[in-house]
Amino acid sequence: MRRVLLWLPLALFAALFGLVALGLFKPADRTVRSAMVDKPLPEFALPAMLPTKPGVARTSFGGGKPRLINVFASWCVPCIAEAPELMKLKAAGVPIDGVAINDTPEAIQKFLDRNGDPYERIGNDKASQVQIALGSSGVPETFLIDGRGRIVRQYVSNLQSDQVDDILKTWRGMR
Amino acid sequence: MTIVFALLIAAPALAQKAPLADTQLSDPAQEAQAKALMETIRCVECQGQAIADSNADIAGNMRSLIRERIKAGESPEQVRAWLIQRYGDYISYDPPLGGATWPLWAAPFVLLVIGIAIARSSFRRKR
Repeated sequence: MRRVLLWLPLALFAALFGLVALGLFKPADRTVRSAMVDKPLPEFALPAMLPTKPGVARTSFGGGKPRLINVFASWCVPCIAEAPELMKLKAAGVPIDGVAINDTPEAIQKFLDRNGDPYERIGNDKASQVQIALGSSGVPETFLIDGRGRIVRQYVSNLQSDQVDDILKTWRGMR
Repeated sequence: MTIVFALLIAAPALAQKAPLADTQLSDPAQEAQAKALMETIRCVECQGQAIADSNADIAGNMRSLIRERIKAGESPEQVRAWLIQRYGDYISYDPPLGGATWPLWAAPFVLLVIGIAIARSSFRRKR
């Protein structure tokens, strides 16, 4: 018993060392996920960002038609990386509404001219009101809304091609 | 030159801030309530900071949202509940007592009881 106890501090130290090493080599996932997934979309109405497209409102969702909400900004670098993936979704027929954070019409127009325009509507969310109401913590983020106006999925950060496949599969299944 | 350059970079960011991000409410009592709440809401971008201390855009926008809601007559706990509904308990530095957090609240008492037990047994041995 004594001999076992003698080794106990070293064993405890080794365990602690292992725990710290694990945290160092496999950092925890610090992504803040929305708690609104599986809940109905909250009420909101955003004015149009561009004169050529309508704004985004709660009333545009539901009615049996699933849609995507893409939270983005012209000043966001990962949004540029994401643009081709959104264009793929648009080409497949998925309707996408944009929620632009802290932005101006001129900057948005320039961003769309340069990176392509996948959006049917773009809402001007100047003060992040809708972004916060959705439980989104940054740009870009994408929400899949089903035909009954419920948030079914949240994709944090720029969409990857496997996530695009996942969206397409789910969207086709919901129609 | 450096200052001019810094202003050029900072100017667009300042121009886009939400209205009440860095503007106090005119009613000091409401402002005090809002400020106290901001100090216990986590910034989702620079995690580990409260939104009261954070320079992140979204933290400023959350401060503005909190001030607007307090101004409209909501209580700080109503606003906190609204934010928890959006982001989960993680957003609050004042975790509610619930299924996942009760060990956190129970731990100090459990440790105290263990400490007393250890102290008692070691005093008894000395006698």
